[in-house]
Amino acid sequence: MGQNMQLAEEIRNRQDAILKDWIGYQLSALTLRRDLLKESELREVSQRFLELFAEAFAATSDSASLSWKAVKDNLAEISRARALQGFSPSETATFVFSLKQPLFDLAQQRAGHDGKRFAELLWDLTTLLDKLGLYTTEVYQEIRESVIHRQQLELMELSTPVVQLWDEVVALPLIGTLDSNRTQVVMENLLQRVVETGARIAIIDITGVPTVDTLVAQHLMKTVAATRLMGADCIISGIRPQIAQTIVHLGVNLNDIITKATLADAFQVALHRLGATVTKSVLP
Amino acid sequence: MERIPILKMGPYLLVTIQVDMHDRVAMTLQDELTERIVSERARGVLLDISSVDVVDSFIGRMIGNIASMSRILDAETVVVGMRPAVAITLVELGLALPSIRTALNVDAGMALLKSAGKSNNGRPAR
Amino acid sequence: MAVLRDELIGLRSMDDIIKARQVVRECAILQGLSLVDQTKLVTAASELARNTLIHGGGGEMRLQALNDGSRRGVKVIFVDSGPGIADVELAMKDGYTTKGGLGLGLSGSKRLVNEFEIDSKPEKGTTVSIVRWR
Repeated sequence: MGQNMQLAEEIRNRQDAILKDWIGYQLSALTLRRDLLKESELREVSQRFLELFAEAFAATSDSASLSWKAVKDNLAEISRARALQGFSPSETATFVFSLKQPLFDLAQQRAGHDGKRFAELLWDLTTLLDKLGLYTTEVYQEIRESVIHRQQLELMELSTPVVQLWDEVVALPLIGTLDSNRTQVVMENLLQRVVETGARIAIIDITGVPTVDTLVAQHLMKTVAATRLMGADCIISGIRPQIAQTIVHLGVNLNDIITKATLADAFQVALHRLGATVTKSVLP
Repeated sequence: MERIPILKMGPYLLVTIQVDMHDRVAMTLQDELTERIVSERARGVLLDISSVDVVDSFIGRMIGNIASMSRILDAETVVVGMRPAVAITLVELGLALPSIRTALNVDAGMALLKSAGKSNNGRPAR
Repeated sequence: MAVLRDELIGLRSMDDIIKARQVVRECAILQGLSLVDQTKLVTAASELARNTLIHGGGGEMRLQALNDGSRRGVKVIFVDSGPGIADVELAMKDGYTTKGGLGLGLSGSKRLVNEFEIDSKPEKGTTVSIVRWR
């Protein structure tokens, strides 16, 4: 691949000129977020990439080869940073695509006289840069998805706090519709809190849950079973008439689980089971 | 080969499982435990699994065996400290361990054993 | 889909089962599985490793870290050339028991993972593969 090495050499020799053009194109792309990126930073990042690019290109124009790993890692870092900064995926890919023009210009100067050679070079460069550009969007996607995933988890945890009502009694007031995912996270959280607080009774209140389907009902049953295995117990409160009907229709067996209409009732039962009593003191 | 230590705590025996158990270790434990229950006239066994991060059907069976054998020797077993992840997995696995008593920790376990001892209808006090 | 890691572990003794659990746990942690998902996977692997050793006469476990786009997971494959299972459907029923105890653990293991495949014929050995995604 002597030709590659020659071009790579050229890239190194003409680095400043290429950078100038390339950065010019990046800045002029209307989508570039001037507010998010300083020109000096851009220059640094572009220079580093160009160096790695030249080095890899000297070895081969096959981006799947190991020689291109350093370039890909560098691109992944850049994509990651841009994804977290709030750039769009196309804005991030523009970094790579805008390098096409300066490199085509260079290829033109080197091989413009030889039509066949020029076409080959152009083809190699364009497929290479396309693949690298697409790679940045893949990395971008991954990062965004993991951010969203993390935010979802945080939201699920925040929206269902476990409350300690008393010594050895905790309550989990569930509000809103429960999907399978959320229910699992919520239940795991409850069990963890039971261990942390040493609670012997956990009250799961579903007053604020409009509907319960088979999966959620099953999760509830599993949570009760798991709590018992750990050495505590559960009381389910706030079962509304519609939910009671659904549960019966679904054939879920609630026989050995204590259920109460309200959280207050459940709390009373819990206190009683723990041997505690509440007395009112009458003021003279 | 490691052996699981068995500690005497008053009328009870405390077994703390801290290693990833081998079949042989489990067998040895069951043998030793039954012998100690008799020789120490223990009235209860506390099985501490708070350091155990995986309970498969083999360990589940072992726990069940220990509970059954102890009961035959007139001692109650309480399994303490099961981790949430383990509890959730056991439920999913379908290992109900129905006749096993459990408690959150050793203190709670001892309290359970004490109250169980008190309501031991008709059994002669030891 | 990319297979990031591909390891083969022999299952010939009890020590191997313990090692198998540790290795699966490590991989699950590296792939970012939650604690509960890790525990479910390791428990299933423990059951199946035991099966391979005790019912299959020993065999191998293959551990793979999978990357499918943004999805990450762990795949574990158990292979033995033992007697095989005559009636797989029956063996997969809850409560099915051979050689005493709590059964082959196949149906239970299936519930602990996202993907479960079993291929077994009498005299031809058994292959079970499980996947747990993050």
